[in-house]
Amino acid sequence: MKLQEIIDSLSLKVETPSADLNREVNGAYVSDMMSDVMGNAKDGFLWITIQVHLNIIAVASLKNLSGIILVNSRVPAEDTLKKAMEENIPIMTTPLSAFDLVGRLYSLGLRCR
Amino acid sequence: MTPARIVERAASLGINIMAVCDHNTVENVEVTANIAKKKGIRVIAGIEINSSEEVHILGLFENMADALSMQAIVYENLPGENDEDAFGMQVLVNESEEVLGFNNRLLIGATNLSVNRIVELIHGFSGLAVASHIDREGFGIIGQLGFIPEGIEFDALEISYRTGRAKAQEMFGPYSHIPWVTSSDAHSLDDIGRSTTWFVMEHSTFEEMRLALKGTEGRKVIF
Repeated sequence: MKLQEIIDSLSLKVETPSADLNREVNGAYVSDMMSDVMGNAKDGFLWITIQVHLNIIAVASLKNLSGIILVNSRVPAEDTLKKAMEENIPIMTTPLSAFDLVGRLYSLGLRCR
Repeated sequence: MTPARIVERAASLGINIMAVCDHNTVENVEVTANIAKKKGIRVIAGIEINSSEEVHILGLFENMADALSMQAIVYENLPGENDEDAFGMQVLVNESEEVLGFNNRLLIGATNLSVNRIVELIHGFSGLAVASHIDREGFGIIGQLGFIPEGIEFDALEISYRTGRAKAQEMFGPYSHIPWVTSSDAHSLDDIGRSTTWFVMEHSTFEEMRLALKGTEGRKVIF
């Protein structure tokens, strides 16, 4: 499933206009603890979280994640957005909760590979 | 854990310097310091601030005025009211253990302040910023943020009573360039003194502690 498909189907707001939205999404991981994501997220996964600290970009780069979705209308910190664009990590936001968002991702047919 | 009992316990263990660091408040520090002074124990005004990322950071201050200034900013950025059934009563007491009042804020909650901002603020008040219990997954900076962000100048990293020096060296070797301390992180009287740090310094003052952390001119920290 392509990231752009997901963005369109779930009406996600894209915060990083220059990032590559055409990439393949291999699954998703939900967590607000970065050490946990570092340990468990896999290549190409989408990361669903409320964490907006700059470190999320380093973690996403490290794990080669396909993007980060901030739920509950969380707004990425200024420096986080800047770094995201530098590192080409797509950041999307939604007013949905993690539960609702993930439910819809699953309904779209997204599974972890 | 009233101020009087905390001091009594510390005195019985031969503790000389003790930082009192309540969650998001310093309202019981002064009373504790006054009682402690009579027993020859120096109390450092501290506060354990819960950041927006749910990371715990200790702020240690030279005097009550600085600590109160930090508290004011924490209060401005701490939403919510305490639920006594869920979290217990947040009591303010005097030296005789008489109840002066209750703190109604949600002290167990997280502030709107980021870790970066908190360290900046602590330093703005000439305090020492310590990353609490980095060996602890919950509320520890490494657990929450994956690694210590660049650009934050911690004065020390706290290894909790849970992890010995050798194990800590294995786990946090890459962070050895920042001074390490340990403490009891006491949440009950029995916890007090379960883990302590020695400060080798000229006098028992806050400035000397700062120098000891930096390892300046013979002063040092032993953990």
